[in-house]
Amino acid sequence: MTMSNSAKSEALEVQYKPSRSLWEDAFIRLKKNKAAVLSAYFILFICIVAIFAENISPYPFDEQYMDKILQEPSMKHWLGTDALGRDLFSRIIYGARMSMAVAIYTSLISLAIGAIYGAVSGWVGGRVDSFMMRIVDILYSIPTMVLLILVKVIFDAVQLFDDPERKAYFGIVLALSLVGWVTLARVVRGQVLQVKQMTYVEAARALGANPFWIVVKHVMPNILGPIIVLLTFQIPSNILFESFLSFIGLGLQPPFSSWGVLASSGWQTMRSFPHLIIYPSFAIFLTMLAFNFLGDGLRDALDPQMKGR
Amino acid sequence: MINEKQKSIMSGVVFTALLITLLISFFDAQHSMEVFIDHPEWWPPFWNGLLILDGVLVFGTFAWYAISQNLVFFVFKRVVEACLVLLVIATLTFTLLRVMPGGPFDQEKTLPPEVKANIEAKYNLNAPLLEQYKDYIFGILQGDLGESYKYLGRNVSDIITETLPVSFQLGLYALIISFAIGIPLGIFAASKHNTAWDNSAMFMAVSGVSLPSFLVAPIFIIIFAFWLDILPPAFWDGPSHYILPSFILGIRPAAVIARLTRASVLEVIRSDYIRTAKAKGLPQRVVLYRHVLKNSLIPVLTFSGPLVAGILSGSFIIELIFVVPGMGKHLIQSVTNRDYPLILGLTLLFSALLVFANLIVDLLYSYFDPRIKLS
Repeated sequence: MTMSNSAKSEALEVQYKPSRSLWEDAFIRLKKNKAAVLSAYFILFICIVAIFAENISPYPFDEQYMDKILQEPSMKHWLGTDALGRDLFSRIIYGARMSMAVAIYTSLISLAIGAIYGAVSGWVGGRVDSFMMRIVDILYSIPTMVLLILVKVIFDAVQLFDDPERKAYFGIVLALSLVGWVTLARVVRGQVLQVKQMTYVEAARALGANPFWIVVKHVMPNILGPIIVLLTFQIPSNILFESFLSFIGLGLQPPFSSWGVLASSGWQTMRSFPHLIIYPSFAIFLTMLAFNFLGDGLRDALDPQMKGR
Repeated sequence: MINEKQKSIMSGVVFTALLITLLISFFDAQHSMEVFIDHPEWWPPFWNGLLILDGVLVFGTFAWYAISQNLVFFVFKRVVEACLVLLVIATLTFTLLRVMPGGPFDQEKTLPPEVKANIEAKYNLNAPLLEQYKDYIFGILQGDLGESYKYLGRNVSDIITETLPVSFQLGLYALIISFAIGIPLGIFAASKHNTAWDNSAMFMAVSGVSLPSFLVAPIFIIIFAFWLDILPPAFWDGPSHYILPSFILGIRPAAVIARLTRASVLEVIRSDYIRTAKAKGLPQRVVLYRHVLKNSLIPVLTFSGPLVAGILSGSFIIELIFVVPGMGKHLIQSVTNRDYPLILGLTLLFSALLVFANLIVDLLYSYFDPRIKLS
């Protein structure tokens, strides 16, 4: 809003406040939440680090300095070096790229699957709905970790790519997405069922709009809030699952660097060289903390009634 | 219909019985008591007797409740549904494993074809898929999960009976710890709503959700096992070994429970009957513990279903880190070894645990909140 000197226009401004959209309202509420704003900046920072990993990191992630094995943090190697003489700081920076990419792509893919599945199930309703939800229920009855391990092993067995790096990478993204869409499908269906009852949807239908158009144009924008919130929570849990998988030896493998890989290899030398596990795990912790705070802030901002939940 | 008094007596008796069993199991009466008592032969029957008594009590209470509330049909329906779900999961896993390229005996060192054929004949792997499937399902129905490929001569059922109690123990302690930390923390935060206490408690809770167990575990091991030297860093043979793994497994659920409890208490505090209770002049303490708490813990209870799932998932890493001889290690190994019967058996078992935990939570939910009608 522009500041004005004249008292008259100020009075007018109070009277005729320009109307704010729901999203602007939410944005203003979000900006008041200091933890969420800080987290958003932190996430932005991590993303920049991940994108420009080559330019930022002082050493290549797989270059071995055999004369400097297992060094404590020093001026030359800020966070020390690992058992093969690789610079830990550079590996964490490259790890950010891997971990963030896996988490974000996975969340987007599972969102795409989950949103379409949930929207169809909720919109069509009836028998189709109960059948589709039965499938979701069945997948829900398998503990996430078990399902994840099973799916991952199957992807490992199928020869999708010849390049081992791409194979490991896509294997993990696909496995995580195939497990993650279930939650999203449930939430989207629930939201669609709610919005379906609204009068504006009825109006659109009465005007003869085609159902696909109604879902895309009227239903989806109105359920965007909860979906964004869920997506924000999905990303940290994907980071965690990726590192879980790497930790138990089913995810990415060294020399590739992701935070999970680093934590897992740091684990083996934990007693004598705790810095090798502490720093990568700390990177995971801070990033997850930021996403969780941002998610909380977004939820409070987009749905003030849910505040504090 | 059951009245309130009968209900509270029932829950009291069951709760006490479970508590006694838990205490005894924690201190490993079965093994360590034998040292102190001159009659070791006296202990196992007592222990088994206690377990049976517990089982009868819990099952009896559920049965009585189900009958008195006309829930028998509901429970029956849910059990049948659960069995169907498990059947579908078995089919799905079976198909996926067989469709997957490569077999369990494809090693880096290729076996001579005759040897391989012999092995495959032994495990019935050369039969047509449909026949293998039929055999497998009939086997399950007779309680036979097949023989492990990797652990020669051992049945999957044997492996499960050996490792399930350990995983169960770990999960149970983690569950108890998460409730014991989460609920008081949530209540505390809610009672100090919008103060620095509240904020720091909630900051702790968000941190707890964000902490990966492989960060907490090494830090705790370094502090408690290496520096202070008061707790063992790994293994699972005695009360002192139980503390670290159970606690670390419980942190994440505890944080979630704390947030849930706080939200729920804050919601209940705003309701009319609390205003009435306050208007009657009841002291703050009585209002909080008698009126608010009882009602606000119901949503927390519903979370126990997902909680069990979370603890099941989390236990893999914890078992790996602390070398706990539970099922997690076997699942991970069986998957990399392509040990089909073991993968299938464990997947089914984990799913069954989850499905039945959800059923029990639903029953508990309707038990504690009579407004909920199950059908």
